[in-house]
Order: sequence, then structure tokens, then C-alpha cells
Amino acid sequence: MHELSIACSIVETVEEVLPDENSTVKTVFLKIGAMSGVVRDALLFSFEVAAQDTRAAGAVLEIEEIPVVVHCDPCGKDTELGNPPIFRCAFCGQSTAKILQGKEMEIVSIEIEDGKAANS
Amino acid sequence: MEKPRIVEVRQGILKKNDQLAGGLRARFKSAGVCVIDLVSSPGAGKTAFLEETLRRLKELGFRVAALVGDLATENDARRLERSGVPVRQIETHGICHLEAEMIERNLEGWNLEELDFLFIENVGNLVCPSSYDLGEDARAVLHAVTEGEDKPLKYPTIFNSSDIAVVTKIDLAEVCEFDRAACCENIHAVRPNIPILETSAKKGIGFEDWFEYLKDLKNGAAARSNSGR
Ligand SMILES: Nc1nc2c(ncn2[C@@H]2O[C@H](COP(=O)(O)OP(=O)(O)O)[C@@H](O)[C@H]2O)c(=O)[nH]1
Ligand SMILES: [Mg+2]
Ligand SMILES: [Zn+2]
Repeated sequence: MHELSIACSIVETVEEVLPDENSTVKTVFLKIGAMSGVVRDALLFSFEVAAQDTRAAGAVLEIEEIPVVVHCDPCGKDTELGNPPIFRCAFCGQSTAKILQGKEMEIVSIEIEDGKAANS
Repeated sequence: MEKPRIVEVRQGILKKNDQLAGGLRARFKSAGVCVIDLVSSPGAGKTAFLEETLRRLKELGFRVAALVGDLATENDARRLERSGVPVRQIETHGICHLEAEMIERNLEGWNLEELDFLFIENVGNLVCPSSYDLGEDARAVLHAVTEGEDKPLKYPTIFNSSDIAVVTKIDLAEVCEFDRAACCENIHAVRPNIPILETSAKKGIGFEDWFEYLKDLKNGAAARSNSGR
């Protein structure tokens, strides 16, 4: 379960982005690819633990799951892969390794609630 | 209180690891050392494979060393030290994968310029290590014939992020009724075109092909690190 390390990295980044001591995070928006190696439920659980006693405590993780899409050079078309992902073009049947998306592991944005003290 | 507001971040979650790994990769390249990360499920034969690899590469005149992150018994460390090359155990403190920072920390005092190949035995785990770049030139995924043929479909990410697949314990293929064709088909289904080798550390089978791959990798002839990692 490496989701705890991942959750810790998220908390760390979020705390760096926060403008000041008094602001808190309401929501963290993530993009997680189907082939990122991250398990959604494990991450949700781990984040709760990792965020405890930080300024990200109680924040909601909003995860956009990105399916794997591959490109086929010979026919120029894109195929969304299922589970398990079989790396083959749905149109011509050729095998293809060219991944367009699906490996994402990104913090897109955070929703911040500014504290009173920040209100000058 | 002010209204909540959205702040753009657009940052990879593992950015710090990726940056460290990038630094390591540059360091390895300038030192001229070729680095290989071995991943597999627990017990697939990483230590045995590594032991045979170290011993024989040394005999062939190559300068080799290994960092071992796999949960090891005293016995494992002894087995690897028998090969007579520098071997260091990485303290993972129960973590399920290696990170670039652990590699960096454990390289201290080693002169990389005196090495041709550096091997890293990752923690036995088919999930967690896949997300962490260690700055390696190639990742080798080991798959034992005793594990059946379906593992690539169950753990596509680690196979997809690897550069070479090594089928281990081939000496047991017959007793396990190992279906070679099905296994290769499954590996290629989740990672088209990846080279697949068959080896037995116990019987010393298949290492010539492995060494050919390593030499090509070092000379830049074999495909280097998989895209997207
Ligand atoms: N028959 C056979 N057994 C092997 C081979 N390689 C490893 N083993 C056995 O498999 C078990 C696990 O091997 P080890 O190298 O410790 O696996 P690791 O956990 O991946 O490092 C040990 O009992 C080894 O003796 C092989 O090529 N043939
Ligand atoms: Mg081992
Ligand atoms: Zn096609």
C-alpha cells in the first residue's frame, strides 16, 4: 500500500500552496489515471489519515479517474482500454504501446478557505 | 470569512521523487554506469537471479554492484555477498517500495565511475514500485513459472512500466505445466513488444541472453526507459 506515501505527498504540496497560516483546504482536485498504480479507495482512506493535524485536515479528495487511451499509428485512431487494459487498436486489431493518457497522478487545483486574519 | 476560492496547482503528485530520480539519472549517465531495477512479487526469484547475474558478470570482467531493498534475511545478504561484489542493504523500514531518495542516500561513498552495472533489487511487490522512478536505465520485471500465466493481466501497470520481462524458474516449467505461449501473450497484451527472456538461476539457464540485453542497454542499443515513467 503505497497510497499512504502518495497521500503524504499530496498533503505536503497542499500545505506549500496554501497562502498563509490561517487558510484551510476544503477540496483537493486530483487526476488519477487508470494505469497510475494508485487505488482510489486506498488513497481516500490514506488521505484522511495523512491530513490529520495538518491544514488539509477534513479536506475532500475529488478524484477524476482518467481511462487509458492508446493511439494506433497505422489507422490513426484512438482506443479507450478496459480492465485489464489490452493494448490493441479497436479498429484494426494492431497491438499498440502508444499511451495518450491513463498514467496521470496530478494535483489539479485546491479549493481554499481563507482565514479571517488573511483578510486585510 | 471570504468565499472559498480555487487555486490552480497542476503538479505531479510524485514531483519530488521524479526530480530526485532525474538527478540520479543524470549522475548515472555522466558516471557511465548502467542501472537496472528488478521488480517482482515476493519469492519470484529476484535475489537468486541477482546472485547469478553478479557472479557471472564479475567473471566476465564487468564491474558490478547491487543495492538491495527487498525484505532480506541475513541469509539473503550472505548469498549476495558470496558473489564478491559490493552489495548494500537498503533499510526500507517496512515501506512497500523503493524511492529515489533511498537510492541517493545509499549510494554515499560509492564511486559510480568505477562501475559498469548497478542493480537494484526492489521490494517484492507488483503494485507499489511501479509509480516510483529510481533514475534507472531499465526496469526488469521477473515472473516465475510457479506464478501461472495471469499475473500480467492482474498487474498490468508494473508490466507496462517495465522494459524487459524475465520468466524465472524455467527449470520448474514442466512440473508446473507452465503455458509459455499464454504467458507471453498476456505479457504482450499489456506491454506490446517488450523483450521476454526465460531463465533459471538454479540451473544457470538463459543468462547469455540477459547479458546480451545488458550490453546492448549499456551501449544504448536496447530501448531505454519506457515512456511515461
Ligand atoms: N527451482 C528454482 N527455484 C528458484 C529459482 N530461483 C529462485 N528459486 C527459489 O525461489 C525462492 C525465492 O527466491 P528468492 O531469490 O529469494 O526470491 P525473491 O523474494 O524474489 O528475492 C527460493 O527458495 C529460491 O531458492 C530457480 O531458478 N529455480
Ligand atoms: Mg529477495
Ligand atoms: Zn488501428
